[in-house]
Amino acid sequence: MSDNKNGIKDQLITGTESLRVFEGLNRGMSRRHALQMLGLAGVAAAGAGSLFGAAGKLLADQQATPGKGKPGGRIRVAGISSSTADTLDPAKGSSSTDYVRHYMFYNGLTRFDSHMVPQLELAERIDTSDATLWVITLRKEVTFHNGKGLTAADVVFSLLRHKDPITGSKVLPLAEQFAEVKANGTHEVQIRLSGPNAELPSILAISHLLIVPEGTSDFSQGIGTGPFKVKEFKPGVRSIGARNTNYWKPGLPYLDEIEFIGIGDEPSRVNALLSGDVQIINEVNPRSTTRIKDSTTHRVVDSPSGNYTDLIIRQDQMPGQSPEFTEAMKLLLDREQVKSAIFRGFARVGNDHPIAPGARFYNADLPQRTYDPEKARFLLKKAGMESISMPVMCSPAATGSVDVAVLLQQSAKEAGLKLNVNRLPSDGYWSNHWAKHPLSFGNINPRPNADMLFSQFFQSTAPWNESGWKNEQFDQLLIQARGETDEAKRGKMYADMQTLVHEHSGIGIPVFISNIDGVDQRVKGYGTNPLGGFMGYMFAEQVWLDA
Amino acid sequence: MNSNTLWLIGRRLGAAIVTLLIVSMVVFAITAVLPGDAAQQSLGQFATPEQVAALRVKMGLDQPGVLRYLHWLTSLLSGDLGVSVSNAVPVTELMAGRVPSTLMLAAATALVSVPLALILGIGSAMGRGGRIDGFMSFFTLMMVAVPEFLVATLAVLIFAVNLGWLSALSYSSEITSPLQFMRTYALPVMTLCCVIVAQMARMTRAAVIDQLDSPYVEMARLKGVSPVRVVLRHALPNAIGPIANAIALSLSYLLGGVVIVETIFNYPGIASLMVDAVTNRDMALVQACTMLFCTAYLTLVLIADLCAILSNPRLRNQ
Repeated sequence: MSDNKNGIKDQLITGTESLRVFEGLNRGMSRRHALQMLGLAGVAAAGAGSLFGAAGKLLADQQATPGKGKPGGRIRVAGISSSTADTLDPAKGSSSTDYVRHYMFYNGLTRFDSHMVPQLELAERIDTSDATLWVITLRKEVTFHNGKGLTAADVVFSLLRHKDPITGSKVLPLAEQFAEVKANGTHEVQIRLSGPNAELPSILAISHLLIVPEGTSDFSQGIGTGPFKVKEFKPGVRSIGARNTNYWKPGLPYLDEIEFIGIGDEPSRVNALLSGDVQIINEVNPRSTTRIKDSTTHRVVDSPSGNYTDLIIRQDQMPGQSPEFTEAMKLLLDREQVKSAIFRGFARVGNDHPIAPGARFYNADLPQRTYDPEKARFLLKKAGMESISMPVMCSPAATGSVDVAVLLQQSAKEAGLKLNVNRLPSDGYWSNHWAKHPLSFGNINPRPNADMLFSQFFQSTAPWNESGWKNEQFDQLLIQARGETDEAKRGKMYADMQTLVHEHSGIGIPVFISNIDGVDQRVKGYGTNPLGGFMGYMFAEQVWLDA
Repeated sequence: MNSNTLWLIGRRLGAAIVTLLIVSMVVFAITAVLPGDAAQQSLGQFATPEQVAALRVKMGLDQPGVLRYLHWLTSLLSGDLGVSVSNAVPVTELMAGRVPSTLMLAAATALVSVPLALILGIGSAMGRGGRIDGFMSFFTLMMVAVPEFLVATLAVLIFAVNLGWLSALSYSSEITSPLQFMRTYALPVMTLCCVIVAQMARMTRAAVIDQLDSPYVEMARLKGVSPVRVVLRHALPNAIGPIANAIALSLSYLLGGVVIVETIFNYPGIASLMVDAVTNRDMALVQACTMLFCTAYLTLVLIADLCAILSNPRLRNQ
């Protein structure tokens, strides 16, 4: 870490330091303290053109040696699905099981820590002055599983391939902002964005943008720089990762081998865990948690996340065009009951905007909207809709939406509104029904940052603007925030945007659903990450077996 | 085997080809009217229209359905089952990984269930109206009525979770000793046996009783032939036709209908492959699986009919 001596104001956290930050966080340093460090550092460094300058230094000084796990051992892990569509192509990853595989075999330029703050990974430093032109210096002496060294050309290839529709990338719209990506020498990449976006480091951390070797067309070998190498990959059957002995992070990973399978049926998944056939599972039904808690050899890991199931009230057609109706529907969501009855407490109450409590840029000053059928009745009467009858579309495809719809039906009755719950099959729900009716339910997985949530689902022109909501002020704020490198100012803008969405948009978010994992007690180092279960899909290099 | 039998086989084979052709057309048509196609399915919930269009062209989905069907048919005739659109792997390769597992499970189940069903069926036919028969009827009817996912889940809870004797998951690739084979296959085989033994035993019982009521059996009994000999030597050979048919139907179920058991035990068989194929709108794979099931079914029924003919001297020597 001799390069730190150049002064911290133009430095970003290096990979080793970010590791230490991470280890520090995992070993008992209070969250609040750690967040303050990172937050303050971000603000202080922003003016100087870098993002998290001092954080690594500050934490590194406090935490002398990183916590060490025990090397060796083999575990078996079961995800929620496995099918012939399983892929090792990061661009095509479509489910939690794909993401887990991708983080096992590949690395990104940056990586999310347990608070979804991006830390440097394959990038040694990231510099920008205007949030449009970015210069990324790559870490040297990183090699792919086939022995080839990591160079700027690999990064250019990995980022630009998403722009080609033939790639079938899941993040094509996101990649369109890469106006130009070019190599400056062997270990420096220059990215010019089509407009300023201060959140680039967190975009680079998503699994789709993990780095693959230049020119790869067959991804079944899973050649990456990640902690594990592909030993076996059979789509729909299983994947086995063997420890990458040349991994660039010294001492990692701990495990010798991870076998990853998919068990679609939830009770079977829990049974497999309890019988000792697998050591880690995800997406445990809240109802099954007592079974796992009762077992002395297993534990439940509850990780709050940004995943939400939302009521969509289309704003471009009646009755949603009436602001009174929209507000009445939001008031009819009995959030506390949704949390306790449907999710057994494994959820946090939402406030009709997409930023989860505790997440970066969450606006805590915004008053909580509560269940109020009386006010809803008043508003409906005002809109002249006190006795209308409406169908509401829900489906098992949107987690918990059928139960939420039934609860909503009951509360609506109290306000004099008659709702008919239309339960639709999962198959084809997203293409045929999601956001295509005056009232329907959707489900949005956690996104890496506030900008992505807002631009994908709330910007007037967004293709998935679920409620068809158009607000000029919101759109302007969104663009401004992207170019704002001052973290505090940006936070203020995001707070205003949350208020706008909370008050005017056609989205009702009753709760944010927690991820529940079931873990064998012998597996150590297992934490949480708001991005998703399986420690944000990144458990592979962090856990060890204490048998 | 005389010319009559050969003629029957020839006719059946001809009919089988026509059946396969019709089935493939129907399956193609049904998959085509399902909402969404392979491109949409592969890109998921958040795809943009331009992306879907580009991928459709790449997958060849922009061509009219009839053309795609004819293309599939011509390559099938040259022995090419096509390439799975969801992961660009040849269909034959995907099937090759799954067919042995399915056959293994089916064979293990058949080895246990067929003798068991025959013994149960013949036993209860012999003791018709008695206590054993009553118990057997109650037991088999109960087994037919209980859905297999319940049997499977209960069995896992008892034998894998609580007692810890057996494995809750089944892997076909990690078997090195007979004991391990037993541990791995015990639960799925047991579950499947519960489903099919009941049906086969009931059919066997009915077929044997049918024969026991006929005059020639009464004659044999009057001659003083022992009850066991009456059943095994006189009645059973004449009941082989219906019994073989019942067995064939049950076994064909084992080859393609065991999705639930495959899901619960995470067993990589052909049935879950087909479910994946339908979910991903993977036409080539759906067709290949359907053709396989259909062929297996037709073959088993043909074998059953041959058994019936060969076991009947009148038909055999006609």
